[in-house]
Amino acid sequence: MAIGIAAWGLVAGVAMAKSGMGISLAIFMSVLVYAGSAQIASLPLIIADAPAWVVWATTACVSLRFMAFSFHYRPYFAHLPRRHRIALSYLMGDTNFALFIRRFPEPVPGDAHADYFLGSALVTYGLWQAAIITGIVAGHAIPTSWGLGFAGTMALLALTCTQLRNPSTVTAAVVAGAAAVAAYGLPLRLNILVGISAAVAVGVLADHARSAREDTRS
Amino acid sequence: MSALEVFYTTLGMAAVTLLCRSFFLLPKDELPMPRWLREGLRYAPTAALAAVVTPELFMSQGHLIDTWRNAGLFGAAAGLAFYAWRRSLFGTIVCGTGVMLCLRFGLGW
Repeated sequence: MAIGIAAWGLVAGVAMAKSGMGISLAIFMSVLVYAGSAQIASLPLIIADAPAWVVWATTACVSLRFMAFSFHYRPYFAHLPRRHRIALSYLMGDTNFALFIRRFPEPVPGDAHADYFLGSALVTYGLWQAAIITGIVAGHAIPTSWGLGFAGTMALLALTCTQLRNPSTVTAAVVAGAAAVAAYGLPLRLNILVGISAAVAVGVLADHARSAREDTRS
Repeated sequence: MSALEVFYTTLGMAAVTLLCRSFFLLPKDELPMPRWLREGLRYAPTAALAAVVTPELFMSQGHLIDTWRNAGLFGAAAGLAFYAWRRSLFGTIVCGTGVMLCLRFGLGW
């Protein structure tokens, strides 16, 4: 998993270096914002001198999937004080989430959860920052043809596979992927939101159809 | 944008991402939510990952890929096959990227 994170961080760093925002600002942004896809989505807007609220709106759209993660983490962490919950959310990421859910499939509160989360999240954070800062500093010396970005895509693909536990989740993934491709033309990367909504809608309908069928049988 | 504007924009971005990440962890009590939505949201994380990955694989420059001679598609297929065989995240990444690089540099796709 580390290879995927490192490769993806390196790609994000190179992209930030090539945006011309300056090394110190680029490092400041990655350390503080800590959201690779949001940072990359914001770069063309910053280069194009877009108003700040457009950048923030884009960031919000790209980060909406984190809201889904926080919804799932809630039962695991609800017993912790709010300050801890916020600190944990700051470290939330795609990789952590997939690994955490694979390790703890049952949504019950427990003491081991926060430790496991912190362990994996801090390693991810350190690795990601090291990779992205390398990318920012090395910048132009790294050619894009190395396929580093593809390693990041493969990491996300592998993570998606770990989430496919039953036919309904497979259907949800296929629906979300197809909808995200179909809605690709939308601005602000809203196609991701369209994909999630479509999959949730199909999932709800499938659940209802199943329970209706079971009702008629019994 | 000037350096100062980028600075403020960055602070705002950090606030926005943190708000999204902590959204459901902030309130003390459960948020009132209809049951169908609560159940439907089970699919949201899987859907989010799929919605990010699929366009990366099947689209290039904002258009659907119109040729089968695409190194990325075969790399992804190889990665998926490896995952089905071994269930290894690491192997999936290495296998998929390796196949993609072989095709790109070996066959020039």
